[in-house]
Amino acid sequence: MDRRLLLAGFAATLVAAASRAATEGEPRRIPVVARKFVFIPSEITVKQGESVVLEFTAPEVAMGFFAPALGLRALIVPGEVAKVPFTADKAGRFDFLCDVFCGDGHEGMSGHLVVQA
Amino acid sequence: MPADFDRRDFLRLAGVGAGVVFASGLAGCAARAAAPSTDFHFVQLSDSHWGFEGPVVNPEAKTTLRHAVAEVNALPLQPEFIVFTGDLTHTTDDPQERRKRLREFKAIVADLQVRDIHFLPGEHDASLDKGAAFQEFFGPTHYSFDHRDVHFIALDNVSDPAARVGDEQLAWLAKDLATLDKDAPVVVLTHRPLFDLAPQWDWATRDGDQVVAQLMPHTNVTVFYGHIHQEHHHQTGHIAHHAATSLIFPLPAPGSQPQRAPVKWDASQPFRGLGFRDVERHGSAEYAIAQHGVTGA
Repeated sequence: MDRRLLLAGFAATLVAAASRAATEGEPRRIPVVARKFVFIPSEITVKQGESVVLEFTAPEVAMGFFAPALGLRALIVPGEVAKVPFTADKAGRFDFLCDVFCGDGHEGMSGHLVVQA
Repeated sequence: MPADFDRRDFLRLAGVGAGVVFASGLAGCAARAAAPSTDFHFVQLSDSHWGFEGPVVNPEAKTTLRHAVAEVNALPLQPEFIVFTGDLTHTTDDPQERRKRLREFKAIVADLQVRDIHFLPGEHDASLDKGAAFQEFFGPTHYSFDHRDVHFIALDNVSDPAARVGDEQLAWLAKDLATLDKDAPVVVLTHRPLFDLAPQWDWATRDGDQVVAQLMPHTNVTVFYGHIHQEHHHQTGHIAHHAATSLIFPLPAPGSQPQRAPVKWDASQPFRGLGFRDVERHGSAEYAIAQHGVTGA
């Protein structure tokens, strides 16, 4: 076999392996929109042990994301993406809410993060 | 109130249709030995949410505040002053409507016979404009004042929509407290709870622990607040925290259900769960709290 072909094949194998590893290792991105007065989606489902990044945007006014039982919190500023990395280590249904007062309806702005076993 | 006001008289007068609890900011006999001449009482009103519309939870939204004003005026012993611990108005995105509601609220409470009234904002009044409209009508959102020998501190934990007191106000608080003896009687007035009552319902102050840490060296501190639309009593160390009822709708007990939805109006018991409180300072550290329900009579 031609030495150059052998090296090229080896290099291609390395690139593919590296690419596969990167894909497998990357946490799943979950976009969430916070608008008056709802999170979209309001129910987020992940698997226990799965690494995800919750990516919040707020197109209208500043909002908050707070899941007290999970210790997760973020300020969501319009024009920016608030990234909340998260690996669920326990199964269950966890409440989250907007903790930045955003108007009439703020008190009902909440959702659930469901961690499946 | 007369300086030699008799405690039994207070209980007898305030106890008609009212619940009375005793709360002490300092457990100790020394407090009880203080001269009675420092006794006085004040009224706390809270959470009138003027401008709220929701017939299912309060079909009398346009009259409840007026009833409360009339019923405070009818107290047999008028308080020496009145405090209003926030959410004077219900929130609106419209700055002009916000000012209209504040103006109407101010006109209604102008009928109170007691002229010495201290106002605090709630998040419904102040969070959408960082307290700008509130200040136009009622002045600063945080301040302190002395009444008799008690130092009152009004703290703003709502002008920041993220429910922070903030570094600037914390520094002001430190300076204010530095002027006091450690055993001086202190009453803190605020809107949100300064402790984590129910974070899942946003019933907390994000940096409330820093406020409490500053208060801790002071041996005689009591906190009166609103926000949660019900009576609630809590201790952080020696500091007592007392939440007040609302004048628009009650809310469920902290964390008792998934949503903090208002308790619906009960036509068989109109105004149930709504009211105000009369706080009597007795001795140097004990407070008697008489709860008055709005009767609508």
